[in-house]
Amino acid sequence: MALVESGARAPDFELRDQDGKKVALRDLEGQTSVLVFFPAAFSPVCTDQLSVYEEVLPDLRERGAELYGISVDGAFSLKAFQASLGTQIPLLSDFHPKGEVARAYGVWVPDRGVATRALVMIGPDLEVKWSYRPPSPLEIPGANLIFDALDAVAA
Amino acid sequence: MRGEGTLVIEYADLECPYCAKANALLSELAVRRVFRHFPVVSKHPRARVLAHALEAAAIQGAFWEMHGSLMGDQGHLDDPHLWQRCERLGLDVAAFDRDRRSDAVADRVERDFRSGVRAGVMSTPTLFVDGEAHPGVPGTALLARLGGRSAHR
Repeated sequence: MALVESGARAPDFELRDQDGKKVALRDLEGQTSVLVFFPAAFSPVCTDQLSVYEEVLPDLRERGAELYGISVDGAFSLKAFQASLGTQIPLLSDFHPKGEVARAYGVWVPDRGVATRALVMIGPDLEVKWSYRPPSPLEIPGANLIFDALDAVAA
Repeated sequence: MRGEGTLVIEYADLECPYCAKANALLSELAVRRVFRHFPVVSKHPRARVLAHALEAAAIQGAFWEMHGSLMGDQGHLDDPHLWQRCERLGLDVAAFDRDRRSDAVADRVERDFRSGVRAGVMSTPTLFVDGEAHPGVPGTALLARLGGRSAHR
C-alpha cells in the first residue's frame, strides 16, 4: 500500500481524540498539520518518538505547525498513553472501523493490524505537502525531518 | 571532551539507564569522548535539572567527575544528593547552586539538545562515530570497532 504523496488531496477523516473530541480533516484547514502515524501506544519506540516531538512542540508551533498522533488504539488507551508521556500532542483513535484512516493514507499493515510509522504533512489548503515512511518501523523519523519539510514547503 | 582515539560524540540523558550502561561500556575504551546533553523531560522529569547541574560542576572544572558520579548512581538525583555529590568532589556548593540556575548553563544545555534534534537524534543514548548515528546502547560490533581501532589500548 503506497503512502499518500505530496500534491495529493489529503484523504478525508473524522476521528475522536483521547478525550472523545471529534477531530476531522476539515478542522485542519488554515493551519499546517503533521499526522504522526504510529503502531501502538506504550511500545518503547513510539514512546521515544512522541517524547522528542513533545520537546520540540513549542518550536513547531512557532512555525505554525500542529502535530496529531494517530494509532489504532482505543481512545481510553490513548488517554493513558498521553498522560504517561506528559504530552500535549492530541492522539487520534483510528479504532473503529479499525485502521480506516491508516488505509486511506496508505500506512495500513494488514498482517499486523496496525498503522506503520509514517509522517504526513498537510497544508492549510488540505493538500498533502510532504510524507515520509522510514525503511523500517523500528526506525524513528527524526524531528529534524519535520523541520526540513517545513523549510522546504515555505521555500 | 576527554581521551584520545576515535572521536565518539554521544547524546545522552543523565537520568536514562541505557545511557548509564553505554557510559560504563565506553569508559572501558580508549576513545575521545564528546558528551552532549539530550534531556527528554517528558520521559525523565529530572533530566534537564541534572544536565544543568552537570554544566554547573563543569564551571568548577569537574565535568567528568560529576558525570561519573551521576552515571554511576542514578538512584540519588534529588537536590540534597546533588549537594552531597558536590561536597564529595570538593566543589563550592553555593556557587554550584547559583550556576545551575543561570541562563548561561540553560543555554548551553539547550544548544546541545537542539544540535541533537538537528542531527536526527530520537532516543538516548545515540552515539556518532565517523558521522554515522548509532542509537541505543553500543552493541558488540561497534564496541569491537572502537576498541580495535584504538591506538592507546
